[in-house]
This record gives sequence, C-alpha cells and structure tokens, in this order.
Amino acid sequence: MSLLQVQDLRTYFSTDAGLARAVDGVSFEVNEGETLGIVGESGCGKTVAALSIMGLIPSPPGQVMPESSIRFRGNELVGLPEASMRKTRGNRIAMVFQEPMSSLNPVFTVGNQIQEALVLHRSLARRDARKIGVELLNEVGIPEPDQRFDEYPHQLSGGMRQRVMIAMALSCEPDLLIADEPTTALDVTIQAQILELLAELSARRGMAVLLITHDLGVIAEVCDRVLVMYAGQIVETGTVEEIFVRPSHPYAEGLLRSIPGTSAGGDRLHPIQGSVPSSVDWPSGCRFGDRCPHAWDRCTAESPRLTAPPGGSPGRLSRCLLTEEPRRRVRSAAFGAT
Amino acid sequence: MTGILSGSHPARAPEAVKRPLVQVRNLRKYFPLVTGILPRARAQVKAVDGVSFDIFPGETLSLVGESGCGKSTTGRAILRLIEATGGEIHFDGQDVRAMDSEELRQLRRRAQIIFQDPFASLNPRMTVGQMLDEVLRVHRLGKDRAARRSRIRQLLDIVGLLPEHTDRYPHEFSGGQRQRIGIARALSVEPDFIVCDEPVSALDVSVQAQVINLLKDLQDNLGIAYLFIAHDLAVVEHVSDRVAVMYLGHIVESAPVRTLYEHPSHPYTQALLSAAPRPEPRREGSRDRIVLRGDVPSPVSPPTGCPFRTRCWHPSKDALCAEVLPALEPLAGDDHASACIKCRDDRDYGLDRSPA
Repeated sequence: MSLLQVQDLRTYFSTDAGLARAVDGVSFEVNEGETLGIVGESGCGKTVAALSIMGLIPSPPGQVMPESSIRFRGNELVGLPEASMRKTRGNRIAMVFQEPMSSLNPVFTVGNQIQEALVLHRSLARRDARKIGVELLNEVGIPEPDQRFDEYPHQLSGGMRQRVMIAMALSCEPDLLIADEPTTALDVTIQAQILELLAELSARRGMAVLLITHDLGVIAEVCDRVLVMYAGQIVETGTVEEIFVRPSHPYAEGLLRSIPGTSAGGDRLHPIQGSVPSSVDWPSGCRFGDRCPHAWDRCTAESPRLTAPPGGSPGRLSRCLLTEEPRRRVRSAAFGAT
Repeated sequence: MTGILSGSHPARAPEAVKRPLVQVRNLRKYFPLVTGILPRARAQVKAVDGVSFDIFPGETLSLVGESGCGKSTTGRAILRLIEATGGEIHFDGQDVRAMDSEELRQLRRRAQIIFQDPFASLNPRMTVGQMLDEVLRVHRLGKDRAARRSRIRQLLDIVGLLPEHTDRYPHEFSGGQRQRIGIARALSVEPDFIVCDEPVSALDVSVQAQVINLLKDLQDNLGIAYLFIAHDLAVVEHVSDRVAVMYLGHIVESAPVRTLYEHPSHPYTQALLSAAPRPEPRREGSRDRIVLRGDVPSPVSPPTGCPFRTRCWHPSKDALCAEVLPALEPLAGDDHASACIKCRDDRDYGLDRSPA
C-alpha cells in the first residue's frame, strides 16, 4: 500500500539568472515499509524533492508550484498551513541530513535536543523524555547512552553524531524516514555501520525509508527500488536488480559505466561526455540528448515521456525514445572517447 | 596530445635501472596541540608516525585510509608544504629536508601537487591564463610573453580545455573543468612526480571518470609518477600500481594493487575492503561483511601497541597486541608487507582467500 504519493511535483526557484526549475514534474510513490532510493548527480533535484516533501523549501525564493501534489496517507500536504505541516513533519515524516554537525545545535547537549523533540511532538514530561531519549540512543547503537545524553555535539565523532540525528528522527516514531546523503560525510567503515543501522531500524519498526544519495554502491546495498534523476526529472525507475543489471536509460547506463571496478568498466573508464546542464536553462527535447551517444534528431525535437520498457517489473519506467525505437540503440556506443 | 610534452623531456631511464624517484624513510609529523589561556603545547598529535615507502618513475602508489589517518599530511610533507618532524625524504637522490629555498624552487619544477577542492585551490580573481602565466614566470619557463601564451594554449589542450578558456575566471567553470585547470597548472612545469590529494573526491561520478582517464593518459604519455591519496577504494583499485593502507599515522599494509585487493592480510584492510559498498545488486550470502565496531581512536592518545587493536575483529587478538607496535614486515609473495603480529602465522584465516 502506498504511504506517500508524489504527483507532478514542481519546485521552482527565482534566481538572478532566471527561473530555476530544480524539480520539474516528478511523480513517485513510497510503499509502507520499503526502502526507496533516489540517485543522481549534484544538481539533479533529488535534495530539493526531499525538502519539498518535508515542506522545508524556503519561500521566497523557492516555491512548490500549486499544481503539484504530495499526499501522505491520502492527505494533501501541498498548500497546508505551517501549523498543520508541523504536525506531520517530525511526527509522521522525519528527515536526517548529510552533515550531522551543522544540523545539531552546538550549545545544547545531545540529550537536550532529543528531549525537546519528545516534549514538543509527543507531549511528554521532561523526566519521561529523558528515559525515552536514553533508550533511543541505545537503540541506535550509542555506547554508554546515559553518559552520552549529557554531552555536547562536538564531543562526539561524526558517526556518533549521525546516530544522534537518527535517534532524534526516530523520537516520534515516524512512518517515513527521509535520509539525504546520510553517509556521504562519513568514512567507509562508519558508513557501513550507519547503513546497517538504517536497514535494521527499517525492518524492526516497519518504517519506510527514502534514501537520497549520489553513491550507486549505497543504493545497491540497501534499497529495494530505485529512481534515477537527471536534470529535475525522473529518467528511470525499477528494482535494484533491473537498474544495475539491465539499465534502460542511457544516463543510468552511463553512470554505471563511469564507476571504476564494475564489470562494465574494464581497464578504461567510460565517462559521460560533457557536464550536467543548468536548471535555469534545461535543454529542449530530451534533457540528456546532448550527452547521449544514441541521440538522433527526434531526441532534440520532442521531450520523451516515462514509458514502460518491455519485460520490466510493474513500475519499471524509462524516459527514453529508445523504448519505442530500440533499433536506434548504437551497439558499440563508445561512452567517453576522451 | 601524445608527445606534445615528451619532446622536451629528458630521456626516461630504461626499465632495467629501477631507482626510486621518491624515497621516504621513517617519516614523522607531529602537530602540537595548543590549549589553555596561555597557549602552550600540552600534547602532540602524531599525524604521521614512522612511514616509509618508495615511488618509482612512472608508477602510481596510492595511500588509502580514512580521515585523520595521515595520508594527506604525508603527501604535503614530501613536498615540504609542511615541515616534517623527523625521518628522511629523498627525491631523485637529493635530501629534500635539507634543501634551501633555491633548491626547493628547483624541486617544485619536478614535483607538483593537485588538490581535492579545485575551487578553493584556484585564485578567484585571476583568469586561467594569468594563473598559468604566473607559474611559468616564477619558474622562468618560456622566454617571452608570446612563448608563454602558446605554451598555455598547449597546456589547456593537453587537459581537454579550449583556447578561449584562457581568459575566463574559475567561477565560470564546472567542477570537472576546474580540476582540469588544477592539473594544467601542475603540468606547466613538466614535473616527474605529482601528489594527487583526493583529486576526484569532490566530483560527480561521471565527471570523476573523465578526470581519472585524463590522469592515466598523462601518465602513459609523459611518464609521470603519482602519489595518489584517496579514500575511495574503487578509484584506488583502478589507478594504482601499488597501494599502502594507512591507519592512525602508520602504514599497516602495502602490496601491489591486485595482491592487496585479492589477498588482503591485515584485519583493517580486510574490514575496509569489505565495508565499501559495491554498485552491484546484493546476492544473498555472497559477501561476508566485516562491520567494525566503534570509531577511530583520537590520534592525540592512540592505543598502546597496535593502533588498530581497539577495533580489531581478528579472533586471535590478545594481550600481546596491546604491548607490541607491529612492524611492517614482508609476507610471502611479491612485495607484500603487513603490520600485524597475528596474521603472519594464520594466512588462511578470515577473508584471506590466498591458497595457503
């Protein structure tokens, strides 16, 4: 059953350079208890999409366009007054960010900040809030939680701080946890700990996770389904198996071939030519067209829609004209003849 | 682009006479930890504590490890961007630590560095052309303005930028292009050796591949040796000839790249390799992941004995590990060394898949 339904989400920002269409018509669903990954490079709109769901887009300059729809358990969140949004945010949907140091207040103890969340959202007395706070720190694997409760953020390591952020996010027993690059600032051995923790918590609490990352390795480790974003749009969706073994969209394929050490790689890496376009001036037609080795005249003339490639799982989609004209695929398409 | 620089380069030594270009012995760098109202050094952070290695002409040695392991400090100390506390550094037979300022200038014509953040390492008020021109003038390369101008075009061409980029400022470029400018700057003096300090960590994956290919092409065409400093294990596997793994200021294992990735010996190397997420769908039971408990200890008060012992998962670790600092000792096989007193006698333990 779907927990979160996002329909035609458009989030635009007015900038000096013009209107930046950071998220430009994104639709997807998150089911109860599943882990959905959003992957894409910087500037593709993945973080803005997450912030839009949380109602955290600074306005102005940003705006979630009124025709967008974000439904959580059937309730529309777009256009909700701030007071009602607060009840959903934190209570039902929680978020953890990339840099735990900048999301914790340095002048309050860790415990103080967890207590605040518990008192505000769950109307607990401070004494009870402490007890539950310590239990939460214990649940996220912080050793000596009773002592740590009274320490300040700077006394903790990066991995411990991220655990504290997760504990705070859990404090209101959310149904959906949005994790935006939760391990990007961490070392690889610590990253493994945090990913393991997220998987454990999701299984134990039946909590859905929307994991946003640029790291395809992280997606492969923890997600069930994946959305690939490029230039403000979803370009491909599918199961982890489908995206990694039989990518359909040339961008997804190109991303995989860029990574060292994958079977597709070989001795030489195959980068995608050129660089990501700017959100104030997306290319017309297919937004990936000018970097795509398969592109033909139709690709600049029309904007491809998300269509189901043959033989995919339910929900498998690709935004590429190759699904209609597979014979246009250039077999020996050399990605990256630098 | 092949051969543009090679013509002016001194002939490379043939394979047979293999003499290290860079020799590092027992390198140490301690930073004083200043605390209190009256600033006084009360403790020392042993960022690098007894590191030794050789780099041969035209090869890539990678230093990998997590943040704070001392890999960047090592790279900077070799070029004397920071002064080492102790140990020896030789570049092509010359004692780097004893060099005066003129000798250092000479050194920097042959040994260069590329930084992680291409934006922070480029002057925002200078055009690309001005920046490269400055380097050429400082090193007295190119006899006049016109000669330097044509050299700058050549450099931009080598790194895949266009002549019209000469008059642009850093903010007009994308991250990948900025890193290309950083590479052009390092190449401008025709170095034999470049320290690449996390050169692709700040870049998106598709752009990262462009820069890695460029670095490899330059090495193939110009015979430059790299000290490649990175935390991304997949990138390191792709670019390296040999790899040294660092932990808390020590090298804990070093080996040719294939040996290290296929037969890691040190418990830390094994954990590090198993922790790196791979962009392949999970197969049930196909991977034994070692998830280390706890954090890296503070380098202000490192553990006694083996630096890794507080997080070590090895089943035979014991009290001896807390007493002895294990030396980096050769293992059977080619050029493979590990600093663990427990792994030497049980090669078939853990993840080591080498035929016993």
